[in-house]
Amino acid sequence: MKKIMLGNEAVARGLYEAGVRFVSSYPGTPSTEISEFAAKYDEIYAEWAPNEKVALESALGASFGGGRAFSAMKHVGLNVAADPLFITAYTGVGGGFVIGVADDPGMHSSQNEQDSRHYAIGAKLPMIEPADSVECKEFTKLAYALSEQFDTPFILRLTTRVSHSGGAVELEERTEKPVLEYTKDPAKRVMMPGNAKRRHPVVEQRLADLAEYAYTSPLNRVEKGSTAVGIITAGNCYNYAKEVYGDNASYLKLGLIHPLSEKLIREFAASVDSVVVIEELDGVIEGFCRSLGIQVTGKDVLPLCGEYSQELLREKLLGEEPCTVSVADEIPVRPPVLCPGCPHRGVFYTLKKMGLTVSGDIGCYTLGAVAPLSAMDTTLCMGASISALHGFNKVRGDDSKSVAVIGDSTFMHSGMTGLVNIIYNGGASTVIILDNRITGMTGHQQNPLTGLTLKNQPAPYICLEDICAGLGVAREHIRVVDPAQPAELEKVLKEELAADAASVVICRRPCALLKGVEKKPPLRVDREKCRGCKACMKIGCPCISMVAGEDGVKAKVDASMCVGCGLCEQMCPFGAFSSTIE
Amino acid sequence: MTTKNIMIVGVGGQGSLLASRILGAAATAGGYEVKISEVHGMSQRGGSVVTYVRYGEKVSSPVICQGEADVILSFELLEAARWLPFLKPGATLITSTQEINPMPVIIGAAQYPTELAEKMDALGVNIIAKDAAAIAEEAGNVKAANVALIGLGAHVLGFDAAVLRGAVEECVPAKAREINLRAFDLAASHQDVQ
Repeated sequence: MKKIMLGNEAVARGLYEAGVRFVSSYPGTPSTEISEFAAKYDEIYAEWAPNEKVALESALGASFGGGRAFSAMKHVGLNVAADPLFITAYTGVGGGFVIGVADDPGMHSSQNEQDSRHYAIGAKLPMIEPADSVECKEFTKLAYALSEQFDTPFILRLTTRVSHSGGAVELEERTEKPVLEYTKDPAKRVMMPGNAKRRHPVVEQRLADLAEYAYTSPLNRVEKGSTAVGIITAGNCYNYAKEVYGDNASYLKLGLIHPLSEKLIREFAASVDSVVVIEELDGVIEGFCRSLGIQVTGKDVLPLCGEYSQELLREKLLGEEPCTVSVADEIPVRPPVLCPGCPHRGVFYTLKKMGLTVSGDIGCYTLGAVAPLSAMDTTLCMGASISALHGFNKVRGDDSKSVAVIGDSTFMHSGMTGLVNIIYNGGASTVIILDNRITGMTGHQQNPLTGLTLKNQPAPYICLEDICAGLGVAREHIRVVDPAQPAELEKVLKEELAADAASVVICRRPCALLKGVEKKPPLRVDREKCRGCKACMKIGCPCISMVAGEDGVKAKVDASMCVGCGLCEQMCPFGAFSSTIE
Repeated sequence: MTTKNIMIVGVGGQGSLLASRILGAAATAGGYEVKISEVHGMSQRGGSVVTYVRYGEKVSSPVICQGEADVILSFELLEAARWLPFLKPGATLITSTQEINPMPVIIGAAQYPTELAEKMDALGVNIIAKDAAAIAEEAGNVKAANVALIGLGAHVLGFDAAVLRGAVEECVPAKAREINLRAFDLAASHQDVQ
C-alpha cells in the first residue's frame, strides 16, 4: 500500500518499521512533525523533552538500555545538544541510535542558516541525507542496521524542502527488535581520560571503515547519462539537478554524506569531462573534492546563501532566464504577524509605550519586533533573553529600564539557568514570561507546563511560580498578570522595575488559536465616535484598518478575522469600539 | 504527459494545506507520481504562503519556479499578483477576489494596488476571478473557500471532475464533508456559466 507522506512523516514511518522503541525530541521547524507522527504509533514510546540536550541524552540512554532510539531537532537544536553528540562517537551505542537534524536553507522559520554537516565532521559521526520521502523511510531503516553494525550513532540530515515535501511511500510491516541484554562496560561508556584515550583510536578506525563502506554502500549511487558533465550532489539538490539536466549529465548521488569515499569520487570524476558539485549552504563536498586535487565547479558560481531550485541552477550554471509576466505595481510584502487575539500583543504594546529595552527570545513573540509594535532590541537563540539581560544591566549599572521576554516553553528549555545566574550574582533584573500554555510557533506542541505529554497523556502539574521561587526569586516579586489588561501590566512592571530585587512577571493567557479558547463576537467601530486618531493602529492588529468614507478616514474591523479580544477597545480614547452595536 | 505544475497561494491560515492534499489525492487516484511542498512554521502566522503540487509520469523537484506553473490557485488578490511571475505564459490563474491588507498597508507604509484583476487580465493572463469566500459562504461555511477554489479550477487542473470530487470527499473530515462538496459543486457550476 502506498501513501502520500511528508518527508518527516516518512522518517517516522521508517522509525516504526525499523522497530524503534524510544523517541525523545524538542520541537523545532522543520523537524517537529517527525516526533508527532512517531507518537501516533502505539509501539513507539515518544516524548517531548525540555530541550535538545536532554532529548539526545535520553535517547542515548535508551540506546544504552538496549532499545532502538531516536531524537529529532532543528539545526540550531543540535547546537544545544552538541555536548553529548560529540561524546556519543566515543561511547558508541547499544540499540541502534539515529539523531535527526533538519537544516533550514532559506530560513523559512529560523534565525540562521547553519550547515549541520560540519557537526558530523567535527564529531566524527556518520551522516546520511535523503532526497525525498521514499528515501526518508529507506535511509532511516538502513541507518539503524548500520548504527548497530558500526557501533555508532548515525545523523540523519534533512532540509526544509525534504521534511515538508510529500510523495508516495510504500508502507511495510514493522520488524520488532527486542530490547538487548544489558552488560556493564565502563571502559566503553565511562568517558574519563583513561578510557577516552583508548576510545579515540576506535573512533578514527571506525571512520576509516565507514569511508571504506561508502565505496560500495547502496546509500550512494552513480547514474550514467551524458559524460560531458558529472554532477556530484546530495539531498534535494539532486532533484533540482535532475530537473535541469535530465539525461544530459551523469550523477554521483550521495546518500552517505559523511564520511565521503575518496575512491568513489575519484572514479566518478575520472569518468566525466567536467565536475559540478551542487550542494546548498557550505561547500563541504566541494572542499573534499578540491582536497583530492579534483577541479570542480561549485561555490564559484553557486551561492552560499539561501535555498536552491531548478531556476537557480538554470540561471547560474546555464545562463537561462525564466519567461515571466508581472504587474507594474509594487507588491507590498506580507510578513508574518501576531495573530488576531494574540495575548502577546498587549505585552509588546505596553513595552513599547514604556520605552523599555527588550531582550527577546525565540518563539511567536519574536514577531513583537515587527512594526508597528517594534518592541524588541535583541533576539539570538533559545534562552538568551534572560542571560543577555543580566550582562546588559550589570555593565550599564541600571536594571530599571529593561526587561527580558521569554515564552513558557523557551523558559523551560534554557531560561531557568539564566534566571539562576541573575539570582546567584545579585541581579535585580525583571523577566517577563509569556505563558500562553503551549509551544506556539512550531504549531502547538505540549511542554512541561501544559499538563499533557506528546502522546496527549496527562502529565503532572508543574507550577511556573514555584519554579521561579525555587530558583530564588522572592515570592513578592513573582507577579501574575493578564496581558489582555495592559494598564494593569504597566502598573506591575513599573513596580518591579523600581524594586531592588530580581523579579518575574508572568503574563498568563492561552494562545488564541488553542482549541477551547473562547472566541468572542467581533468588535465594530461606531463611525460617529471614531475620530480617525489611529490610537487603535498602535497594537498592530491585522483586523483593523483605516477606511475612507464620506465622513472621513475611520477605523474598521474585519469581522471575519476578529476574535473579540477587545484590546482595540482599550486603546480608543473615544469609546468607538464595541461588540454590542445593533 | 509532461509534469503538471499547480501552485496554491494565499495568506497563512487560509487552508492551502488541505487544498494541496486534495490535489495530491486526485493525482494519486489518476495513477501519477505526485510531489507536494508545503510551508510550516513562522510563515503560517498571517504571512504570504505557497504550496506546490506537481504530478506526472516522473517528478523530480518538489518546487515550482518562475514561469513554470500551469495553474495558480490564489486565495487572495495581492498574493495572486505576487506569485504571477510563476505562471507559465498562457497558463491559468484562478483567484478569489478577496483582499486582505498586509501589515505594511495597515500601518500606512505601503499601498494595496488597485484593480489588480483587471491589470492581470490586461497582461494576457488567462484569469478567472471570483469571490471564493462568498461561494463557500453560500455552501454553508466560509472555511470551504479552499475547496471552492478547486471547484473553480476543475476544468484546468487536468483531472476528471468525478476524480477531483472524490478526492475532496476522501480528504475532508467527515463533519465538514457535505458543506465542502456543496462548495465544490457550486464553484464548478460557476465555471460552467462563464
